[in-house]
Amino acid sequence: MAAELHVELVAADRQVWSGEATLVVARTTSGDIGVMPGHQPLLGVLESGPVTIRTSDGGTVVAAVHGGFISFADNKLSLLAEIAELSDEIDVQRVERELEQAKAAGDASAERAADVRLRAAATN
Amino acid sequence: MGAQLRVYKRRIRSVTATKKITKAMEMIAASRVVKAHRKVQASTPYAKELTRAVTAVGTGSNTKHPLTTEAETPTRSAVLLLTSDRGLAGAFNSNAIKAAEQLTARLVAEGKEVDTYIVGRRGVAHYNFRERKISEQWTGFTDEPTYADAKKVAGPLIEAIEKDTAEGGVDELHIVYTEFVSMMTQTPVDSRLLPLSLEEVAEEAAPQGEILPLYDFEPSAEDVLDALLPRYVESRIYNALLQSAASKHAATRRAMKSATDNAGDLITTLSRLANAARQAEITQEISEIVGGSAALADATAGSDK
Repeated sequence: MAAELHVELVAADRQVWSGEATLVVARTTSGDIGVMPGHQPLLGVLESGPVTIRTSDGGTVVAAVHGGFISFADNKLSLLAEIAELSDEIDVQRVERELEQAKAAGDASAERAADVRLRAAATN
Repeated sequence: MGAQLRVYKRRIRSVTATKKITKAMEMIAASRVVKAHRKVQASTPYAKELTRAVTAVGTGSNTKHPLTTEAETPTRSAVLLLTSDRGLAGAFNSNAIKAAEQLTARLVAEGKEVDTYIVGRRGVAHYNFRERKISEQWTGFTDEPTYADAKKVAGPLIEAIEKDTAEGGVDELHIVYTEFVSMMTQTPVDSRLLPLSLEEVAEEAAPQGEILPLYDFEPSAEDVLDALLPRYVESRIYNALLQSAASKHAATRRAMKSATDNAGDLITTLSRLANAARQAEITQEISEIVGGSAALADATAGSDK
């Protein structure tokens, strides 16, 4: 059995996903970071971006995460996000509308948030 | 029907209607408590992980941050008071307000100026009526607070604490809210949110003397702390808002339950009085009839002679 790490993806108001994984890729402020079992204890600031979790049964979970932290210790990885959505929870049409609105309003952060959601949804 | 009996009947009808309303409000509140309590629990994993992370940075590095360093002589404090928008919750709001006033008095006695921040229309009304100054107020979301609401509340407070005291900033931030202990017990509590005492936070995160690992910080301990502390404050405020909402619903449920019980008692008493009035009326009618017939009999007996 391949080495595993336990992942908890937590949003401010709910637990989004939790389970065993072999690899987690997330975007921190200083670039993408991949965490595999046995990684050194780590605490980082997350950017708005997709988080990819390769689960131990070979599946892949993608979530759009907006702001938050990644922390890893003792083979336990916590992803804390103010807002986190799994790719299959994302309503593509609504997000596309939001993207249009954000573009029209020139709201860069909203545009980016919508873009991240769309990209996460596209991988599904 | 006699006048008195009619009055009793009317009062019974009106109390019955009131009882139906309070019963409905009690049931609505009961279902909301459950929902609000579930939300408190749903927010716990985030708060717990965040507390762990704050402890890790706080103990794992010697970073100084305005949110963790105590001012040598604190001169101004902010007090955040959480009340509800609507009443009909027994002593819920007055207890919270009382706790805030005690805290304010204590801080003033320590020689600090106090800025008051209030959530909830009840608290705002209380302070406005007494013409006290409110630094900032928020209303309209106390029944079902969202994380965005907590962010809205936390924003100005974090800003105030980061500012220099001379420029109108504050040195300390206290929060007064009603803790949801159980369905039957809700206690108003005040706690100091900022500056954070890391020892206390560490106590909360790892009570069994668990040793935290030495973390690698990405990009740096300062940046992580910069990003982490405001989130921590937000999450604490969010948690307090949720607990306060759950407590408010529990208090409403209890208040409405006793209102319903009282209405039931009142209906029983009024029915007894109405029965007595009806009986008195009947007795009176009978004695009138008996008296009348006796008078008639006397009259006929007299004419016979």
